[in-house]
Amino acid sequence: MFGNFIDQFWPSTIDGLSLGAIYALVALGYTMVYGVLRLINFAHSEIFMIGTFAGLITLNAIGLSGSVGGVALIGVVLLLAVVGALASGASAVALEFVAYRPLRRRGASRLAALISAIGASLFLQQLFARVLIPWWFDLPEEKGALPIQHHFVERTPVVSVGDLTIPNDKLMVFVGAILMMIALDQFVNRTRLGRGIRAAAQDPETAVLMGVNIDRVVSTTFLIGGAMAGVAAALYLLRFEDSHYFVGFLLGIKAFTAAVLGGIGNLRGALLGGLTLGLIEMYGSVIFGTEWQHVVAFSVLVLVLMFRPTGILGESLQQARA
Amino acid sequence: MERPSGRDLTRSPGIRTERLTTLRLNGIRVGAIAVGAALAMTLSACGGGGGNSGSDDGVVIGFMGDLTGENSGIVIPPRNGARLAIDEYNATNPKVKITLKEYDSQGKGEQAVPLAKNAITKDKIVGMIGPAFSGESQQVAPVLEEGKIPSVSPSATNTALGKNGWKYWHRIVGNDEVQGGGVGDFIVRALEAKKVFVIHDNSEYGKPLGEKVEATAKSKGAATQIDAIDPEGSDFSSTINKVKAFSPDAIFFGGYYAEGGKLLKQLREAGVTARFLSGDGSLDKGLAEGAGEKNANGSIIACPCLIDPEGKTSQESKAFADKYRAKFNAPPAIYSAEGYDAATAFIEAIKAGNTTAEEINEFLSKVDVPGVSKQVKFLPTGEPAASEVYVYEVKGTTLPLIGKASEADV
Repeated sequence: MFGNFIDQFWPSTIDGLSLGAIYALVALGYTMVYGVLRLINFAHSEIFMIGTFAGLITLNAIGLSGSVGGVALIGVVLLLAVVGALASGASAVALEFVAYRPLRRRGASRLAALISAIGASLFLQQLFARVLIPWWFDLPEEKGALPIQHHFVERTPVVSVGDLTIPNDKLMVFVGAILMMIALDQFVNRTRLGRGIRAAAQDPETAVLMGVNIDRVVSTTFLIGGAMAGVAAALYLLRFEDSHYFVGFLLGIKAFTAAVLGGIGNLRGALLGGLTLGLIEMYGSVIFGTEWQHVVAFSVLVLVLMFRPTGILGESLQQARA
Repeated sequence: MERPSGRDLTRSPGIRTERLTTLRLNGIRVGAIAVGAALAMTLSACGGGGGNSGSDDGVVIGFMGDLTGENSGIVIPPRNGARLAIDEYNATNPKVKITLKEYDSQGKGEQAVPLAKNAITKDKIVGMIGPAFSGESQQVAPVLEEGKIPSVSPSATNTALGKNGWKYWHRIVGNDEVQGGGVGDFIVRALEAKKVFVIHDNSEYGKPLGEKVEATAKSKGAATQIDAIDPEGSDFSSTINKVKAFSPDAIFFGGYYAEGGKLLKQLREAGVTARFLSGDGSLDKGLAEGAGEKNANGSIIACPCLIDPEGKTSQESKAFADKYRAKFNAPPAIYSAEGYDAATAFIEAIKAGNTTAEEINEFLSKVDVPGVSKQVKFLPTGEPAASEVYVYEVKGTTLPLIGKASEADV
């Protein structure tokens, strides 16, 4: 059991970090929206799903057949990230406009918004499975729920130390996610809009009194959270090369867990939570068997929350300053 | 194939809608079942009064399965097989003609049960070919049992079905335990594998199948290791790290092709070159599509079903394939031969002068005639008396037959 763990420690660490990086990027969307609105946006998993399909459609549109590697691959992934970020960001803003803003305007309770979120999530899933996917990929309706694949990645090892090799895709996922995190952190901490977001997170009423345009802040928050999910979707395609209408479900739960683990509302918490969760899952599966992966992950979550109820780094966006 | 018990099928992403609905809308679902049940009662009530709609000079045999849903691809071939057999029989101008009536259950137990009740009370069927899937069989068999209607499934392979002590239930396909034993033996005998890694998807279908393969391989002297994947996840790297550490000669996957393809792709990308094998749940070109043809080539898929369009195994297969092609303009596919054989069992019964459900069931316990896929003969449990496991090799997106798992070499 532990012999395996020592043998497989390094490969598991690499896999854990690359998986955790995707969790972290998706977790950002949950954490930012929660930080500002105290709302859990359950439709965020579908925002991610939309990003993966935007990527797949782009791959079809540029007529990419066969695999690419090296610099060309970086170019393709950048393109997917941009398209994904645009599609997911726009969808997130639209979602806020349709599903949350009317409720917020009328002063509905947070529970109402939560139900609205679940409804939006189911609506988007079924819309994709029944209508959009069959239409885009020219499939009979009943096949819309099946995975859509587009193989485009040529995997080559880029770093080898002894037996251990790090393939290009895992390295790119990790580096890409970290870069996005740093950029976002700088944005929230250094720009005027970022200051508005932090102010709204700290005390929305005072922020409004101080001249913060709350609607604009909320839209920006959804836009950025969605764009991060779109980048995560591009990295997901780089790793797995397929998607289906339900792809966000498990990943969304994991990302939400990562956000809570790191401290929901806290940007750096999302990164820490995502990477921690990825590593725990991989180590847990080596030690206890893969079927225990989720059990181990959630047990750790419960344990952490028992001792640190607000997560590893604590709650709230306003504390995320340097 | 043990495909779709309602739960099982949630394993293929296609069915996740249903599962999701179950998860999130439990209340509504219960409501729907209640309405379904009420409807069924109304229907049976009507049927009871309305009576005799079966034709006067013939009998009605039902065929039940997913004929229009997302898994209809594995139900239409056995339906065609059954239709071929019955049309042939009717063409001989027999005293008692057979009408084949189709019941489209969509593979769902909650749709299958009211259809079955309707078939018994209104259409007065004397026998049922199907239900096609194991999940719906589990729910429909008690209804047929109560109505004293014999059934022969061409494709429900769940081992547990044969252990209910049902008197009217039969199948003409080997169960998952037979399959697991056949593959386990094949891996050690034909592939000469010393180390075998078994992966399953934790489903009602994949887990027992994988465990049977592991147990068989172990008993034949191979070193084994087993691990499970989460079919809803996309990242199988922890399993792959274990496979790499074990460096097996052969890998068996118990599960469906959607996950099988992804798993195989990730294994090959991680540099694992060991032979990949899987069961009937992966007998689909979707495996090669998911994994990439280059990655999937040379993989071996086992099935207790016989798909033999070239007639490699016997003259009967050849003749069947020719007739099937002529009628449906397509080669026989999965469970075609079994569908034909299931119909043959009923035809033999009716030829022998049995026209009531009770008489036919009595006859099925004694029937012993050659079929296309195997001898049509049942054990008292309803299992086929003899069943072979066949192996198929992935070549591009085709799956040509290699031969019997007990004899074939690669």
